[in-house]
Amino acid sequence: MATMRKVLRRRMMVLASLRAVSTSSADTFPKQVKIVEVGARDGLQNEKNIVPTPTKIKLIDMLSEAGLPVIEATSFVSPKWVPQMADNAEVLKGIQKFPGINYPVLTPNIKGFQAAITKKMYSMGCYEISLGDTIGVGTPGIMKDMLSAVMYEVPVAALAVHCHDTYGQALANTLMALQMGVSVVDASVAGLGGCPYAQGASGNLATEDLVYMLSGLGIHTGVNLQKLLEAGAFICQALNRKTCSKVAQATCKL
Amino acid sequence: MGNVPSAVKHCLSYQQLLREHLWIGDSVAGALDPAQMADHTEVMKGIHQYPGVRYPVLTPNLQGFHRAVAAGATEISVFGAASESFSKKNINCSIEESMEKFEEVVKSARHMNIPARGYVSCTLGCPYEGNITPQKVTEVSKRLYGMGCYEISLGDTIGVGTPGSMKRMLESVMKEVPPSALAVHCHDTYGQALANILTALQMGINVVDSAVSGLGGCPYAKGASGNVATEDLIYMLNGLGLNTGVNIYKVMEAGDFICKAVNKTTNSKVAQASFNA
Repeated sequence: MATMRKVLRRRMMVLASLRAVSTSSADTFPKQVKIVEVGARDGLQNEKNIVPTPTKIKLIDMLSEAGLPVIEATSFVSPKWVPQMADNAEVLKGIQKFPGINYPVLTPNIKGFQAAITKKMYSMGCYEISLGDTIGVGTPGIMKDMLSAVMYEVPVAALAVHCHDTYGQALANTLMALQMGVSVVDASVAGLGGCPYAQGASGNLATEDLVYMLSGLGIHTGVNLQKLLEAGAFICQALNRKTCSKVAQATCKL
Repeated sequence: MGNVPSAVKHCLSYQQLLREHLWIGDSVAGALDPAQMADHTEVMKGIHQYPGVRYPVLTPNLQGFHRAVAAGATEISVFGAASESFSKKNINCSIEESMEKFEEVVKSARHMNIPARGYVSCTLGCPYEGNITPQKVTEVSKRLYGMGCYEISLGDTIGVGTPGSMKRMLESVMKEVPPSALAVHCHDTYGQALANILTALQMGINVVDSAVSGLGGCPYAKGASGNVATEDLIYMLNGLGLNTGVNIYKVMEAGDFICKAVNKTTNSKVAQASFNA
């Protein structure tokens, strides 16, 4: 409880009024949003149960079928630290690579980078910066301030947001980012991945809930929500856990 | 949710922290689980009514209103709908018939200087009719406001709304009812509540309904979540620098208390993160 109080106190903002978080127009949303699906990496990495390689491959294939344009497939961090991703090479070899879909991999060090054998990624450099609210403590005002500062240096077209839902703020924060012109959002199917800093807390924003909001806003994502729900149901069953997606909970009549 | 003993309802410590409304219960068997609200008189009589805190009760008709007043209610609310089907299924009468009943109640309330709050259900969608036009919501809201309700709470009853539909609905209603007389009541069935609330705030609404621990599921989608959790709402508002006068820690304590009492896990993410940190 004491830790929580400290965290919450740090997050108190001194904003005079709500005008500070109103954007010029709540209409100016991007016409299209690219969703970067991180469930197979960020999601599974933070799950207690380790899923077998064929299950990971099947999940990624189902996510490809759902039309997600970018699917973070795995991570090349040392398996000593992230055992869930130890089968990274096997996963990359096993998945179906759909044309038009990107399958980035997390490579935090040179060794991992060599293992990934993606010369193309090296020559491209970093084409996109994904700004993460790693412990999910952000709120829309903070998101707005942070993006304003970053957009001064980096064009908004090269930015993505990666909001964690630890305090239930992910979708509201994402909405603010969209209002500021960000058009790439990271999310995780079924909201996979808890928070390693708060046991029992949730982690990633559920892709299904994000797609639901974007559809309602008339923003094109290219994602088939029904197929996405199927992928979510599949991986939850494999992990023997409940989904964190509210859309999935609502549409699954028990 | 099992029957909550009256003693538990009395002890709910969120009475200690709210400066605004605390919706106690309703005076009718109908819209809500009759068994759950049957002890309304006992609850009203038993709670400590803190100065500065309002305790409205739901009163769908004159009979309910008189019982509420007898039990000591000092504020009442009436529950209409923007959908004919929902109105008929939920309170067994058409929108027009319900408005006539509410006119009687609100008129009596005003006569006794008892403030009346109006609720409109299904403002962003109906479980039976699907889409609901903003014009219909405006019509019902205008009617309730015109008969003397000091505030109209616009409910996304099945939580299907998204920021776009929220914006369109509010734009329409705000042409007839001033934003200072409006509130939003967003359900989190599809995880959209806080995003929808943010949109409403950006449009000038500054009254928001929520439920401690996100209590209350959705009767139309078994297993789905229902109300937006007060803790998560306050977390967002605090982060935005908006003063609510509410102590989030005490809300969390109240949430912890009631969840243990009804043997349910909290729906509040803030609570989940904080109690396990």
